[in-house]
Amino acid sequence: MSDTDSTLRAILSDVLGLSPDRVAGFDASTGLFGDLPELDSMAVAGLLTEIEDRLDVVIEDDEVDGELLENFGNLLAFLEAKVAEKA
Amino acid sequence: MIAAWPCPGPDGQSEEYAFTLDRGRKPRLLIVPPMFDEANRMRRMLVDTMRLLDEAGVDTFLPDLPGCNESLQEFSAQSLHAWRRAMVQAARHFGATDVLAVRGGALVFPHTLPGLVLEPAKGASILRQMIRARVIMAREAGRQEDSAALLEAGRTSGLELAGWRCGASLIAGLETATAQIEGQRIISQGELGGGGLWLRAEPAAAPEQSAALAKIVLTEIAA
Repeated sequence: MSDTDSTLRAILSDVLGLSPDRVAGFDASTGLFGDLPELDSMAVAGLLTEIEDRLDVVIEDDEVDGELLENFGNLLAFLEAKVAEKA
Repeated sequence: MIAAWPCPGPDGQSEEYAFTLDRGRKPRLLIVPPMFDEANRMRRMLVDTMRLLDEAGVDTFLPDLPGCNESLQEFSAQSLHAWRRAMVQAARHFGATDVLAVRGGALVFPHTLPGLVLEPAKGASILRQMIRARVIMAREAGRQEDSAALLEAGRTSGLELAGWRCGASLIAGLETATAQIEGQRIISQGELGGGGLWLRAEPAAAPEQSAALAKIVLTEIAA
């Protein structure tokens, strides 16, 4: 598991109030926005801002769309690319 | 219990509410709440902390920021300056000896009081998150909005963010505000264990965090 992967899981656990064990069970196809009722637009904004802080990346407005937040796999792939860009 | 305290407002003196556990003892701790939705998400944890401090002999006071909850003041007339003045007034009214500022509360707490600051938030981060929520909400509704353009408009004519009608002065204040910490002890979330409740999508209690916070407060204000 990459650092980005574990950081993203830790943030999701904080935002959703789920145990680390449950979040460890998320796979690429686990649905996020639209599947998890807790994740409304305010929670998504909090999630993205926390991701920026902890991964030290900047997420632009136009990068945030339905596809990005559709499932865990999409969000993780996007963030891993962001972190690689930085290096 | 619910207590009222007199607070200066744009239309003269108004009465604001505070949740208090007051038995006329010292120390007397003023808790300056987080801003916006974070105040709701953390309220239960903070009130549980107050109950534990009450049992330990500390009086506590949790005022609402003017314009929030049942306040008769207009939210759109609020600014960081007004909230700072209000918190000084609350501290004076309740005879606070110590302060605990939480998250965005660190931007407006009376920093002449000794005490603690829990995970101080930057004004710019609070603002960025709320503008982002608005952009995402607009997109869901099929409209395109742009963060930079919203911020620009907000600086001159105010901006509605997550249901809060923020005046231009509040937006401008948040853009640059950082916590004025003068010797208060900074508590990091890691010391409380678990994730920060302000991140949580839904408000929740966290008895273990309340217990950890009460313990840190007691150690600090006894020192």
